[in-house]
Amino acid sequence: MARPLIRTWRGSLQLRVVAVTLVASTLMVGAFGLIAAKSISDGLVDQRVESSVDVLESGREQAVKELSALAGSQDTWLPRVATELVKTLASQPGSGNSPYEVLLVPGPTMVDLDAAYHDGFGHPAVATSMSVPDDLRALVSDGRAGKKFVETTIDDKPTRPYVVFGTPLRIANWGSFQLYYFFPLDDEAESSAIVGRTLFIGGTALVLLLAVLAALVTRLVVTPVRVAARTAQRLSAGLLHERMTVKGADDLARLAGSFNLMAENLQQQIVRLEEMSRLQRRFTSDVSHELRTPLTTVRMAADLLHFSREDFPPEAARSAELLQDELNRFEDLLGELLEISRFDAGFAQLDADAVDLNPIVRSVVASFDSLAERCAVEVRVKIPQAPTIAEVDGRRVQRVLRNLVGNAVEHAEGNPVDVELAASDTAVAVTVRDRGVGLKPGEEKLVFNRFWRADPSRARQTGGTGLGLSISVEDAKLHGGWLEAAGEPGAGSVFRLTLPMRSGDRLLSSPLALTVGGPGDDAGDNDEHEPQEAAGGVHSG
Amino acid sequence: MERMRARVLVVDDDPALAEMLGIVLRTEGFTPSFVSDGERALSAFRENGPDIVLLDLMLPGMSGIDVCKAIRAESGVPIVMLTAKSDTVDVVLGLESGADDYVVKPFKPKELVARMRARLRGSQDDMPERLTIGTPGLRVVVDVPAHTVTLNNAEVKLTPLEFDLLVALARKPRQVFTREVLLEQVWGYRHAADTRLVNVHVQRLRAKIEPDPENPQLIQTVRGVGYKAGIG
Repeated sequence: MARPLIRTWRGSLQLRVVAVTLVASTLMVGAFGLIAAKSISDGLVDQRVESSVDVLESGREQAVKELSALAGSQDTWLPRVATELVKTLASQPGSGNSPYEVLLVPGPTMVDLDAAYHDGFGHPAVATSMSVPDDLRALVSDGRAGKKFVETTIDDKPTRPYVVFGTPLRIANWGSFQLYYFFPLDDEAESSAIVGRTLFIGGTALVLLLAVLAALVTRLVVTPVRVAARTAQRLSAGLLHERMTVKGADDLARLAGSFNLMAENLQQQIVRLEEMSRLQRRFTSDVSHELRTPLTTVRMAADLLHFSREDFPPEAARSAELLQDELNRFEDLLGELLEISRFDAGFAQLDADAVDLNPIVRSVVASFDSLAERCAVEVRVKIPQAPTIAEVDGRRVQRVLRNLVGNAVEHAEGNPVDVELAASDTAVAVTVRDRGVGLKPGEEKLVFNRFWRADPSRARQTGGTGLGLSISVEDAKLHGGWLEAAGEPGAGSVFRLTLPMRSGDRLLSSPLALTVGGPGDDAGDNDEHEPQEAAGGVHSG
Repeated sequence: MERMRARVLVVDDDPALAEMLGIVLRTEGFTPSFVSDGERALSAFRENGPDIVLLDLMLPGMSGIDVCKAIRAESGVPIVMLTAKSDTVDVVLGLESGADDYVVKPFKPKELVARMRARLRGSQDDMPERLTIGTPGLRVVVDVPAHTVTLNNAEVKLTPLEFDLLVALARKPRQVFTREVLLEQVWGYRHAADTRLVNVHVQRLRAKIEPDPENPQLIQTVRGVGYKAGIG
């Protein structure tokens, strides 16, 4: 679930821009809305408080005047006067529309007052001294006036916000009272809520509008970029005539223009290279034909002379022999040069088919029987029991193996040569191991160079051309395989050909190890093939 | 029994090569005749009635491929291509146009002669034999001595090589033949030659006898091994 989400996030510029716009504008609009709502509701409350102060002031004066008319706290008129007083005060035209509550609480000094009145006189209903916030009561008891915002319930109605004003009343000579006004802030709260709601709706709409706007603007930019990407893909897939449409004269039109110019140049280059490659192939093919036909005539003539050399004087007979031998070399060289040039021209084609490699390995080894005998080299073969079927080009594999086995026999210096074939689920490998002079450090790469010879003065017995391993590397590459070499001076060398089981697969490891000497020493004891990690060496692919 | 000197038609535009081929072929006991361009090849073929044709693929006038097709259209005479190109495309193209075999220049004269002899030898044993493969609805009958093949009682024209290939497979139905074994039995090549020869000739044979060559019933491919004849 999370993975495709991340992929979409990374894959879409538009999505990212819209998301960032959404987050940023939500933060900004949210902050603005909060500040605006706060200042508006503060303003409303302040206004209410201001007008309430006037009501309070006049109420206080009236209360002081009426209470001062009484004789003292024992005056039996006191409860009635107080009750009447709060009733009058509460019915004064106050601030705002909602009725407010007035509470007159006798001061603590009036000990002789009937206990029933200690909670104070309230109007219109039920507010008592208990309804007054403690800290305000403390303040007023201390002789100071103050106000307090509270959320409380005075009557049976649900909790409401109030602003509570408290002020001490000092009645000359006989006592003190506390006068409280409870102004409900319903209206203000309601207004604030309306403002808040409006701001919220407006803000949300604004944010969404911004997101849509961002989406539209990015689309405007992203669409041509996507078109460019698609066009580039089609170009790289070989549709060289693909172009972008250029509209207007803005930056995007310039992008399209430059893109088309690039495509144009690329197309020209590719067409030119294709033409060159075609000419090269044509040339190779022509050279091949033009050289081979006379060579065939020469070859046949030489064969004829060679066949009847016994009738010739000795010099002529020897010349016929030399002619024959050198023609063989010339033919091999020509064949391999043409093969290499075919690879260079990219003309080589893999002719892969499911074939059993076991008989191929056996027949290649068998074809070196006479050379092995001449060199007194034993060639030991280790092949799995079951057929080793892989999708390979049999002719090319045969050619590679012929090269490897031929080289090994030639360089074995009379020591045994081991040829081993093994397969894993994904790859087949053949190693050819000799115990001859071996390779010096660094030479395991050089051996694949064209015309490279370990020892230029060395007499060659099979008349190799110096191109064999280079061609073999190309053959391996064509399969998507590896041809690697390793060696140690004096210990011998090993060549390993690894090919994917199915044509076109990628190779990850080889079923055989690339080690000098190695398991061939106990050949025959162990027929198991453990897949092993590829050792060091040169990957040809 | 002294075999009659086999007549060879050499179609090649290179005079030196043609002359040299003539020398070699005469010493090997053939009677060669020569034609140097493609357009005259067909009339020369009709005049001489050769036992085997050596055909260069690159010819002035008509290409070797077209000559090959034209000869094949009227005769099953063995055709051996001489080609300077050993790429699969070229080889397969030549074989598909009807050639029985090919040699790549520069070839050894001995090799060429060996291949020609193999093509001329034909099937050695003419035992009175009738071979049948296929299912009741798709029956191929091979009359070996009469050299005829019928598919659901309708005669099918096969070249001698295609005939030999079919006989080899039909003699041991259900047995899987590797390409190497077929090369040895049918072509007479002991040392693994080019297995593409087998592939192309099997395809040609299928094209003539299979109702759906893409989905063969009579000559089946055994992946990684070779071919076998299918019977009901």
